[in-house]
Amino acid sequence: MGKTPKNFTAKKLSIEKLELIANDIRQDIIKSLENAGSGHSAGPLGLADIFSALYFDILKHDPSNVDWEERDIMLLSNGHCVPVQYAAMAESGYFPKKELMTLRKFGSRLQGHPERKKLPGLENTSGPLGSGLSQAAGFAMAMKMDKQSHRFVYVVTGDGELNEGNIWEAAMFTSKYNLHNVTAIVDRNNIQIDGTTEHVMPLEDLRGKWESFGWHVIEIDGNDVEAVIDACAMARAIVEKPVCIIAHTIPGKGVDYMEYDYHWHGMPVGLSDVAGAPPKNDQAKVALQELRSLRGKIRNEGSHDE
Amino acid sequence: MSNLHLLDMKDWGSEPTRKGFGRGLVKAGDADEQVVALCADLTSSVQIAPFAEKYPERFVEVGVAEQNLVTVASGMAAMGKIPFAASYAAFNPGRNWEQIKTTVALNDVPVKVVGAHAGLYTGPDGATHQMLEDIALMRAMPNMVVVVPGDSVEAEKATIAMARDKRPGYLRLARDNTPVMTTDKTPFEIGKAYVFSPGQDITIIATGTMTSVALEAADKLFHDGIDAEVIHCPTIKPLDNATILASVKRTKKVITVEEAQIAGGLGGAVTELLSEHLPVPVMRMGVKDAYGQSGTPEELFQHYGLTAKHIVIQAHHLVDQK
Repeated sequence: MGKTPKNFTAKKLSIEKLELIANDIRQDIIKSLENAGSGHSAGPLGLADIFSALYFDILKHDPSNVDWEERDIMLLSNGHCVPVQYAAMAESGYFPKKELMTLRKFGSRLQGHPERKKLPGLENTSGPLGSGLSQAAGFAMAMKMDKQSHRFVYVVTGDGELNEGNIWEAAMFTSKYNLHNVTAIVDRNNIQIDGTTEHVMPLEDLRGKWESFGWHVIEIDGNDVEAVIDACAMARAIVEKPVCIIAHTIPGKGVDYMEYDYHWHGMPVGLSDVAGAPPKNDQAKVALQELRSLRGKIRNEGSHDE
Repeated sequence: MSNLHLLDMKDWGSEPTRKGFGRGLVKAGDADEQVVALCADLTSSVQIAPFAEKYPERFVEVGVAEQNLVTVASGMAAMGKIPFAASYAAFNPGRNWEQIKTTVALNDVPVKVVGAHAGLYTGPDGATHQMLEDIALMRAMPNMVVVVPGDSVEAEKATIAMARDKRPGYLRLARDNTPVMTTDKTPFEIGKAYVFSPGQDITIIATGTMTSVALEAADKLFHDGIDAEVIHCPTIKPLDNATILASVKRTKKVITVEEAQIAGGLGGAVTELLSEHLPVPVMRMGVKDAYGQSGTPEELFQHYGLTAKHIVIQAHHLVDQK
């Protein structure tokens, strides 16, 4: 075992604190996307609670030592949701938060879709959908060959992404070799670019699909930080199968006018006027106001920690 | 010729390039325990079997799933492994090109994509399995090294060299027996082309299994009074510009020969180089915007104009033109 980094031994954060971090991540997503003038909104907002849980509780990682040999591996398969990962990484200390304002800009390390070679701390390059689970299986296969049984590989995938055949090739493979240290977290937000997932290409019975491919399935409320932490803890304890966590999330979560609306899948705030949303010039302001007031609620309801 | 330790034509052996790959992979595995092999349900056919038998714990059977083949390899490479991911070239890189681009080449991890049964030697299987576009596909990919060995002995060396190389790579192999021209002592380095037969009148640049055919053609041309230089070009990318330009400066006439599409293949690479640095007449021999078809390799090479006789005729055209 290598040296354990400081932040990993730190006292666990309270659920209220993790919710506040998720709220910060959401605000950073809105700001960075507005500044970028393009990019995806709904998915990253819906994933903020999962990423708060991953980067501030679940993952064994060290932002000051990205090559730490004992670290867990965190892969984003649906690369278009990377604004949430960038925000979580900045919040963790991988890079200064002001760099979030370079998202999608020329010369930035924060490419529109994540590139391992550009930004230390990213473990893969993704964007074209369907390849993240295979890459996770590859990391896990190498760990198995090297007899590293104490490291875990987490991969976040979209649900629309499950249309890709590559995913199911990987699902068969991971199960065949019982790479049980792989945990797939499916962001089940029910939307993709052309509409709802069940309209574009039905995924249900999604649990049944994963189970028939040899996976243990846990279904959770993916906007409940505590549920995410508990599910990952259970996933680590299950050794007879790889685990798929179907995380039911609300797309656009935290911004009222975006929630459940697939039109926000591939759009940033401030780009165009949308029915049911504020005028484009006010979209960011309204979203941030709403998130700040939600933040106040978390603080008031949080019992003691803050 | 002697410094390259080549065999005289009468002493040429015969073996498929994939056999050399199989031997090379075992040796690469002996030298470095990080070398691993992945295969998509074609273990004996693509000659992964010798490695899999010696190192079963470092062999991964992926099933008929070429997209998964290279993306699993990508993850393993990110963990420090040196994966050789093998299948038929028609599917690897034919089917999984995007995955190779995104998760291997752009991601810049040292996965070695092995495309076996490439080209016309796949004969009776027909057009679906005769991969002719792979050189063009892989050459267009930044970070990617593209190697097409000339015979099985060179394929063995190329495999060992690619295992040591830190870059993503593509290795193109053929199915059938083809002439063995080189020996253990013949040099091989990634990025180098070699003058297999020196000459003054015309430069014939060949890759892969076509080099032996080019040498036969040069032999015939010599009897016709044409002194052809044959450059064997096993690395298509990075191209050995210096060796090619030095030769063409003298001969000022060029033929390229490959059993692949000339668009984007060796012919494409050489004409791109020469048009910028040394514009001279170039005749590109290969498959010209057509698909393959079922037949014996002999019938196919005859049909697509890729025999020694065809090279001789083209060389006469170019040399007699003046």
